[in-house]
Amino acid sequence: MNIILMLIISVLVSAGVYLTLSKDLLRIILGLAILGTAANLVVFYAGFLGSSVAAIIDSGLSALSSEAANPLPQALVLTAIVIGFALLCFALLLMVAMVKQSHNRDSRALNLTEPQATSAEDRNKPAVMEAE
Amino acid sequence: MSAIVISLLIPLILAVFNGFVKTRWLFSLNIAGSLLLMLSSLSLFATVIQQGQISVQFGGWAMPYGITFSADGLSALLIITIALIYLCVLLMMQGHPKWQFANKVGKSTTNESGLHESDSYDSDSQSRRGFILLQGLIASTIAITLTADLFNLYVWFELMLMSVLGLLIINGKAHNLEAAIKYFTLNMLGTLLMLSAVGFIYGLTGQLNFSALQTAAMQPEIQPQIFIFSGLFVLALLMKIGAFPLFIWLPASYHTLPLPLMALIGGLLTKITAYVLLRLSGQVFDLSFMLDALGWIAVFTMLSGVIGAAYHWDLRRILAFHIVSQVGFLLLGIALASQAGAAGTALFLIHNILVKTNLFLIAGAIWIAVKHYDLREIGGLYPANALLAMLFLINAMALVGVPPTTGFWGKFLVLQETFNQQHFIWAIAALFTGLLTLYSMSKIWLEAFWKKPPQQQPEIQAIPRAVITPIIMISFFVVAIGFYPDPVITVLQTAFAPFYGHTAR
Repeated sequence: MNIILMLIISVLVSAGVYLTLSKDLLRIILGLAILGTAANLVVFYAGFLGSSVAAIIDSGLSALSSEAANPLPQALVLTAIVIGFALLCFALLLMVAMVKQSHNRDSRALNLTEPQATSAEDRNKPAVMEAE
Repeated sequence: MSAIVISLLIPLILAVFNGFVKTRWLFSLNIAGSLLLMLSSLSLFATVIQQGQISVQFGGWAMPYGITFSADGLSALLIITIALIYLCVLLMMQGHPKWQFANKVGKSTTNESGLHESDSYDSDSQSRRGFILLQGLIASTIAITLTADLFNLYVWFELMLMSVLGLLIINGKAHNLEAAIKYFTLNMLGTLLMLSAVGFIYGLTGQLNFSALQTAAMQPEIQPQIFIFSGLFVLALLMKIGAFPLFIWLPASYHTLPLPLMALIGGLLTKITAYVLLRLSGQVFDLSFMLDALGWIAVFTMLSGVIGAAYHWDLRRILAFHIVSQVGFLLLGIALASQAGAAGTALFLIHNILVKTNLFLIAGAIWIAVKHYDLREIGGLYPANALLAMLFLINAMALVGVPPTTGFWGKFLVLQETFNQQHFIWAIAALFTGLLTLYSMSKIWLEAFWKKPPQQQPEIQAIPRAVITPIIMISFFVVAIGFYPDPVITVLQTAFAPFYGHTAR
């Protein structure tokens, strides 16, 4: 089980890194989402998989039995999944808004926030973005 | 209830209230909230001075199981600073209609995209959203200074990231969106690294609580691995701080924010992250294996920050690049890993939050006066407004590190420790950075204040009181702590005393 999970994590990380290095915005965001899944699996893996006994305290007892699964990593992963999902939705909507405005998904064309090149003759023109 | 809980609850409750109070009460509500936050942080500070470190266990769970929040002198001082600059930034928002969330930027830009033409983009809900995000930002920064749990730290970092992203796009123009995507990509990568590091560290030690981790990390059988995983965590923090090769997102995104927000975010976020690194390196992980690397990263960060600033003519960009260089200085202080170095770094951190915010606010005042950020397009502010010029001079000198300002003491303590540890090249790089900072600041001074106004410049406007008052308030603290640094330094040294007692490096 651990070996399988390890292989899955490594495949996910390599796929995520490959997509993130692309120039297309959608691929970058999807790559980050896949990397996020890999990170979630890492947290999950950290909880020493192996036991499948539910982490519920039986009636009459005051503590978990020793063979129960560790509930903490599951709580952590659940939190991380929710956060990751919210950020993924945000990023996708952001990209849609950008594509609607600029009709462009190429990350190399993202130069609105950079100062425009100034040459000697247009030094008198504003090289600064309009104020908010 | 403990002052820790109250300081955390105030912004969270306000965030909820911002969702449904009448729009005309929003501003007063948030001002009242920031004053309350100031009071509760002062009471927290008083408690900490009397009792030393205090902590709260949430849910009544015993020590290693529940989530711990703890405060010492440094975190209490930091929360006071956060409350102060939050109040100032809020006041500043009244300075210009364009700086309030309720401005109708979305409606005036009619592009073919159809993004802002719907009625849902009305100013009421926009200002609600803005204040909710602002309170989320304040809540997350306060929680990051207080939390003593590794996973909880990650969650608050996520809240901070979300709030900043929301504030970045609140005006919805093309360059805002672009800045948000640049900010998102690198910070998200840092967040994911942080999450994996938390997972690995938990898997290795079985602990998430800071003090339990500190003991667990000492075990000899996990020695080589814990270095790798704590190094991974530090790498994630370095990405979010804006350290040398990974700082490009910072000057690419900060300057698109509306100005008072730029002051808050530019002044606060990277410093809070640096605070986390300062805390972790002393109290939780033994980072001595990577201190040399951290020092060299610090040197390159400092130099690339000031050199970037020297190239630019946009006030906001110059200040954004200076954030990078001062982060480098903070990293240098962290790399020293001694009690004196940490106390100096902490003083520099608080100084830097105040001064950086104030310089951004002054940039806003300059914009109010001449309606431009380009230094080549403006001039003649000194004869027009000598008070603003003096305030700029005080803060610029504090940034450079001229006595008697807070900047001098922070730099002095860190550099003294650097020389004591015989890292001469690092110290020389830091001093050279100071020189280049002086160059940038005198560039602003010469161009904006002393130069004759260019012909096409519109008439210089008077600066409203709502804009100048916050600047005076922060400048007062900059000078006051500069004249009497002793109490602050004592508090900070007490805060770090338990952690560096044994490591005489």
